[in-house]
This record gives sequence, structure tokens and C-alpha cells, in this order.
Amino acid sequence: MSSTASTQAEQNAQSLTLVEAIQDGLYTEMAQDDNVVVLGEDVGKNGGVFRATDQLYEEFGEDRVIDTPLAEAGIVGASIGLAQTGMKPVPEMQFMGFMYPAFDQIVSHAARLRSRSQGQYSVPMVIRAPYGGGIRAPEHHSESKEAFFVHEPGLKVVSPSTPYDAKGLLAASIHDPDPVIFLEPKLIYRAFREDVPTKPYEVSLSEAAVRRDGSDISVYTWGAMTRPALIAAENLSQSHGIDVEVIDLRTLSPLDTETITDSFKKTGRAAIVHEAPKTGGLGAEIATTIQEEALVHQEAPIKRIAGFDAPMPLHSLEDYYLPQAVRIQDGIREIVDF
Amino acid sequence: MNMKNEAGSKDMPAAVRTDSDLVQILDAEGNVLPQASVPDISDRQLLELYETITLARHFDQRAISFQRQGRLATYAPMTGQEGSQVATSLALAEQDWLFPTYREHAAKYAHGMDLASLFEPLRGYRDGYAIPEDVNVMPEYIPIATQVPQAMGMAWGHKLQGKTDTAVLCHLGDGATSEGDFHEGLNFAGVFDVPAVFVCNNNQWAISVPRERQTASETIAEKAQAYGIDGVRVDGLDPLAVYKVASEALEKARNPGPGELRPTLIESVQYRFGAHTTADDPSVYRDESEEEVWRDRDPVDRIETYLYNEGILDSDLESEIQDRIEQEVSEAIETAEQTETSPDNIVKHVYEDVPARLEEQRDELNRLREKYDDGAFSEVLE
Ligand SMILES: Cc1ncc(C[n+]2csc(CCOP(=O)(O)OP(=O)(O)O)c2C)c(N)n1
Ligand SMILES: [Mg+2]
Repeated sequence: MSSTASTQAEQNAQSLTLVEAIQDGLYTEMAQDDNVVVLGEDVGKNGGVFRATDQLYEEFGEDRVIDTPLAEAGIVGASIGLAQTGMKPVPEMQFMGFMYPAFDQIVSHAARLRSRSQGQYSVPMVIRAPYGGGIRAPEHHSESKEAFFVHEPGLKVVSPSTPYDAKGLLAASIHDPDPVIFLEPKLIYRAFREDVPTKPYEVSLSEAAVRRDGSDISVYTWGAMTRPALIAAENLSQSHGIDVEVIDLRTLSPLDTETITDSFKKTGRAAIVHEAPKTGGLGAEIATTIQEEALVHQEAPIKRIAGFDAPMPLHSLEDYYLPQAVRIQDGIREIVDF
Repeated sequence: MNMKNEAGSKDMPAAVRTDSDLVQILDAEGNVLPQASVPDISDRQLLELYETITLARHFDQRAISFQRQGRLATYAPMTGQEGSQVATSLALAEQDWLFPTYREHAAKYAHGMDLASLFEPLRGYRDGYAIPEDVNVMPEYIPIATQVPQAMGMAWGHKLQGKTDTAVLCHLGDGATSEGDFHEGLNFAGVFDVPAVFVCNNNQWAISVPRERQTASETIAEKAQAYGIDGVRVDGLDPLAVYKVASEALEKARNPGPGELRPTLIESVQYRFGAHTTADDPSVYRDESEEEVWRDRDPVDRIETYLYNEGILDSDLESEIQDRIEQEVSEAIETAEQTETSPDNIVKHVYEDVPARLEEQRDELNRLREKYDDGAFSEVLE
């Protein structure tokens, strides 16, 4: 799927799911750099509740793949401390909905130690967390609250949508000198496979990906919503001859303003698709950025196709809450027909 | 409170055997230990305890098999923990409040919740969290340990309003003792001396992490000392011992003796016989032989043996009870499976009144549902 994948994946590639690519990415980075350590709840012996750290404990031992007590503030606070000694902690939060005990450590310290100390101290750390809905999980297991972290200067926020990107973005995040919130769309953890090189490589944290070229409208999305956006684009191309460009942001903070606005200058129309509640979601930031940078190109109102301004319902209603291809198609047609 | 161990037994699993302060009444088989004093419970109450524990076991088995058939989403089994759950809830007075976690199905039922409502969240409906006004149970807590300061706060509110005849019982797991909220809640409970009982269901595991990795403390009960409140360890697979300890702690919460503080931390020493949830495979991280040792102390068998020994239960009554509880669980399942919901519910109860903006979002969804059909929304996203 990813355009870079075909060129780089020719030799020594494995066909992996997204969660396998994350496991492979952790493995690759840990093998290269002894300072990389994984810590969190059930990441060791159990290999993670989604198996994202499978076999790492067996391979690297209990001092590098560490089962911690059940305490997110402890895990992240300790990781900030570990990072001061030259180690590169990769803490796992079991679900995004359980990150909140660590919120203070993340926003008051991880995000700000660099600016507080005028560059003297920094926090090279990658906090991994599965996020998003659609897996029939109990309450608190399906949220998409990326906007909380995007709103905090000093953090980078990343969300892959393909196995190839998952490994490459994870590598770039681990090599990055600043703290990264690495959000894994668990709905597509095992949805499809893609060739992923065994050798180390990076996918840049400053470039959005154009997943589908189009000329009529730009659809901006990320994570698990990339797939329904692409399905909607394909359907509309066939049924209505609408040519949809799909941009996968990949890095949600800092935003790749250039790719966002270049696409809009070409199409003059935009829809933003996200799972998170509409109000205060990242869609607002993207729409405003477009208005600031490319208003003269605008041909129709910009639309957000998003979750409701309501808590994620339990699973009997989650299909209505999440933006499905049908909602995306309808939204696109409304904009194009304006 | 003085509840030193009433007897020791050599066949106990190491986690139980090593401590000298464990309250026990029944031995592994269900015989009364020498010197143990059986709490003053009527035969009728004993049978209620037995019937509810048996029902809990049956509910648990049916829920696990329903989950396997795809009729329920992820379920957290309580196998092995039914005795402690039921005994703590039966020790409550009707006006007392219960703060359960995702595992305390039987505790909720035994404090007045309708059995069918327990299935509803597992089927994806919030309706089961709409607890009737005359039932003093909070909706289950999933974010670990968050209930602890809240239970403290409710007990505090009762005390400030002069209602110290109402106690609050708060469940938590062994893993929960590592969270900051545990510390903050217990510390407040001691400082403000509130009528609350905290029951740590130490089932030896927090998913794959064993108790020894959760804390370097020898016991969980001893953490109470740091907050200046009482800590008690009880054999959590012994329903009579749990009933006794919980009743005494609740009584002290309401009417502390001179110099006594109201709150208690009870460590109910149990074992998670099964998986953490139906999504978990314990064979990856623990040895089956460990499970077998604990299974020999099954609370269902122990209370049953005790009642047979006392002549309170016989085989006729046992099968009568078995029939009754099977029927009750089946009826609950039937009721729960009839629950229906509407997408309109997404926007309800977010606030007391639905804001205009949210009404618009609901109307937009309904416009799409009419234009396309509902099937278009249930396409698998992957
Ligand atoms: C704040 C928070 N972090 C992580 C989780 C994920 N999680 C659910 S249950 C569990 C283990 C809980 O162990 P324990 O407290 O011993 O209770 P038990 O499940 O054994 O009853 C974890 C880590 C969560 N629900 N909440
Ligand atoms: Mg536990």
C-alpha cells in the first residue's frame, strides 16, 4: 500500500500484520541498541495483551523487557528518569483509556523537561498505546483521545496505518530525541499483511503520506480510518466518477502542513475523518490550517466526519459511532455537490 | 480488632501458609478447624450463602461458555472468588454501598442487583449500568483503583451528614494496590476516619503479573499500617471466615470502639482459578500445577461440606437448590437476550439535557440510516 514499500521491501521482506510489524520493529531496535528497554504491564512473560512484545522477553531478558507493577504514572515517571541515564525507554500503556494516571508525568514533565531546562535535559522516550474502537471491547478500551496529546507542545504524536509504516515510524520515534506518543490502531492490528523489510529503516516523522491521488477532494485521516476512507474513495470513483485524494497524516503532531495544503490547493475541497469526538478533535486544527494557508483555493465548505460528542458507546452501538465508509461517502458527495 | 489465626494447616498453598495472621474457620475440606469460632449465622442465612455461591459458580460457567459462542463480549471470570464475593455482600446491611470492579458479578447480585442486568454490558448495552434506586451499587469500575478514593468520598459524605449507620464496601484487586489512587484513597480514609471497608481480592495475579512482582511488601494487609488503619488477612476461599471478618469490619465502620478508627483494609487471600478474562491465556505465564493446589480449597466445596457436616444440607435439598439456580440463570439470560437498543441512545445521558449540537449529530445519523439502511453501518471496518 505505501508507495515507499514497493521499492524498499524487495529483498529480505516478511509479510507481516501491523502488530507483527511493531513487534518486529521493537526487536530490530533492541537488537541494534542495548539502551532500548521495553517496560509496562504484561509486556514481558505474557508478550503484551495484544502480543506486540511477543518473544522479546525470551530474546532480551527481564532487564530489558520489564513487567512492572500496575501503575501508569510509575511506568512513565520511571521512564523519564531512565531516559536521563542515556537509556531509551519504550513504555507500553495497555490501552489508551488507561493512560490517564500518567497524564501528569506526560504533560508536565516528558513534554516540558527540554524547554524547562533550556535544552539541558530531554526525554527521548516512546510511549506506545493501542487506541481506537471497533473491537467489541468493554468501556474505556476503545477511545481515540489523540487530541489531548496533540494539544501539548513538546510531544510528538504518531499513528501508523500500515505494517510498513508501523515499523518505520516506530524506528524513527525511538531514534527521535523527543518524547513520542505512538498510537497503534488496534482495529487493524491484524486486518491485513504487507511486506516489511527485515533490515532497519525509518519512515519520517515529518511527512504525511498520499495514499491515493485524486483531483476532486482531499480526505485527511490517519490510523484505522485510513481504510474506510480508501474504500469510500474507490466506491465513489466507480459509482460517481469522483476522484478522491486520501492523505494519511501519520504524524499528528507536529503536522505536515505542506502536504496538507498542497493537496487542498489541488482539489479545493476537504473532508477530515476521525474516530475521536468531533468537538476539539484534530479535524478542527486541519480545517483551520487549510483556511489560513489556502483559503483562496476553497470551493466548498470543509466537513468533519467524526465520532459523536459523546462517550464511546458499548459495542452494540459502536458501528454507528465510528465513521463508516457509508458516512464518508455521503459526506464527500455533499461537499462535491456543493 | 483481634482476629489472629484460629488454626494453621500444612496443606495450604505457600501464599496462604506463610502468614501467621490469616483468619480461617474451615479447613481445606470444609471441616471446622479446632478452636475456630463459627460466626453466629442462622441456618437460613447459611443456606442463602450456599445457594448464592452455587448460583455464582453456575453464572460464571454459563457466561464463559456464552462468550465462547460469541453471544457475549469479553468476560472476566470469577471462578474461585465467588465465596469471598458473596460472603462480603451478605455481610452488608441493605443501606450499605458497594463499589465493584469488573470481576465482582456475584458481589453485585448478592447486594440486590438483578441477574439479567449483569449480562447487559457484556452484550454491549449500557442499560445494565442503570442501577435501580433501591439498590446501593455503583456501576463497575474498569480503570484500576479509581474506585478507592471515590468509595472513601461516599463514606465521608455519609459521615459528614451524620449517617454513620451506612458503611461503604469497596472491592479492588492485588494489582490495584500499585496505583496512586489506592494510596490516596486509603490515606484519606485514615485521615478523615470514614466508615469504609476496602476489600483487596488478592487473587495472586494481575493478568500475567504475580503478586510478588506487584509489591515487595510481605502482605497486602500490612499496607494498612502505613495509613494508621486496621489491616486483616483472611482466607478468601473460606466463605465463613470472610463473612466473619467483613461483618466485624463493617460493624467497626459504623460503631468504632474507643480509640478505634473506622476504616479497615481486608486482604482476602484467593486465587484466580481461570483466565484473567476470556481474552487471556494463562498457560503463557503460569504453571497449571499452581492452579491445582488452590483448586483443592474450592470455596463451593468447602461451604457445601460444612453444611452437610452440620446437617443443614442434604442431597434432596442440594438438587432442589441446583434446579432453582439453573432456572434463575437461564431466565436471566433469556431476559438479557431480549434487550434492544437504538442508535439514539448514543447521545442520551451525556448531559441531563441533550445539547443542540449533539442533537444535530443524532439527526444527521438518522438521516443517513434512512437514506442507506442499518446494514450499511455494520460493515466490518477492517
Ligand atoms: C488504570 C488501568 N491500567 C490498566 C488496566 C488494564 N487492566 C485491566 S485488569 C488488569 C489487572 C488487574 O489486576 P488486579 O488489580 O489484581 O485485579 P484482577 O483482575 O486480578 O481481579 C489490568 C492491568 C486497567 N483496566 N486500568
Ligand atoms: Mg489480581
